[in-house]
Amino acid sequence: MNTEQLEKEFQARIDAEEKIEPKDWMPDAYRKTLIRQISQHAHSEIVGMLPEGNWITRAPSLRSKVILLAKVQDEAGHGLYLYSAAETLGIDREQLLHDLHIGKAKYSSIFNYPTLTWADIGAVGWLVDGAAIANQVMLCRTSYGPYARAMVKICKEESFHQRQGYEIMMHMARGTEAQKRMAQDALNRWWWPSLMMFGPPDKESTNTEQSVKWRIKRQTNDELRQEFVDKTLPQAEYLGLKIPDKDLKWNEEKKGYDFGTPDWEEFYNVIKGNGPCNKQRLDARVKADKEGEWVREASMAYYEKKSAKKKVA
Amino acid sequence: MSKKNWPLWEVFIRSKNGLSHKHVGSLHAADEEMAVENARDVYCRRSEGVSIWVVKSADIFASDPSKSEELFETAKNKIYRHPTFYDIPKEIGHM
Ligand SMILES: [Fe+2]
Ligand SMILES: [Fe+2]
Repeated sequence: MNTEQLEKEFQARIDAEEKIEPKDWMPDAYRKTLIRQISQHAHSEIVGMLPEGNWITRAPSLRSKVILLAKVQDEAGHGLYLYSAAETLGIDREQLLHDLHIGKAKYSSIFNYPTLTWADIGAVGWLVDGAAIANQVMLCRTSYGPYARAMVKICKEESFHQRQGYEIMMHMARGTEAQKRMAQDALNRWWWPSLMMFGPPDKESTNTEQSVKWRIKRQTNDELRQEFVDKTLPQAEYLGLKIPDKDLKWNEEKKGYDFGTPDWEEFYNVIKGNGPCNKQRLDARVKADKEGEWVREASMAYYEKKSAKKKVA
Repeated sequence: MSKKNWPLWEVFIRSKNGLSHKHVGSLHAADEEMAVENARDVYCRRSEGVSIWVVKSADIFASDPSKSEELFETAKNKIYRHPTFYDIPKEIGHM
């Protein structure tokens, strides 16, 4: 069968809602797109541990500390499920990490912003995990089997993340005047970067169309962003906090909110490496990798010695 | 990149006694014991399991999807293996 026929059959399987599994034939571009998307997603989970890890030692109570620890540990798990899904496409984990460490692979630009106060931990859980959930719920039905399965497990764990964040926001928003100010300030700083998490507007997004055709994505960036705004606005109102967007208003015709345009120049600038924490984040990952190297080597040496002994015996 | 990378292991978890082990994903570990410990941390943070199997991914031999047609074909035309193939009078009731 020639490539054209194979591609036709492949698209027919996709259109029939059949899942694609690792050893199935797939177009090279489908494989490449998935490797890029899944590894970016994995890197985001791993790098995403850093801004929150920043507050583990300073959590205001033992309760909030164990919750934050559990949440950050979940994110490590999410990264690992996703690396494992990416590896089914024939790429090595070592290679994926290498690409991250040399700055070739991307991760979500949101994690290049700093977590300045405890309220940021609330805002991150509420908004950043909230935006991630919107995207991930869609991905539970993505066409590549291992990716979809990883997403189902991740989504089950994510809802606790958003709820714990919202709980922090509730405590702060109902606290002292100073706490309320911190909550509002955190919302002000995290709102726009959260909207940017869905990616550039559809008219500028080069990958979206093909990804939707392959059912890797099932909704466009703008659709997901709209859903997120509609869902989040009442939650902000309940907290008595104001979303920092003067263009935000109900649109009866589309039964959703109109809202302002994120600063896309800032978005591209952060992706290029010029966000407030890009260097710090990457340095932390490279340092962790380097410092863990002797552990990885020693445990392999131990394993080899052990299996040699077994063979002799 | 270091030369000696930890190998890849496939992880299977029994969620409770009475059910079989089910594939949940993979992970890297130096040896089987570390693979089980890592599997506990990666795949069982919410009591998802009572038993873990790990198998080196390299040791799994899988059927070829491009040959599944011929591999599974023989079952397709043996419809008499299904109970619905047989007409049993209503009076007999459930059989
Ligand atoms: Fe996550
Ligand atoms: Fe999360």
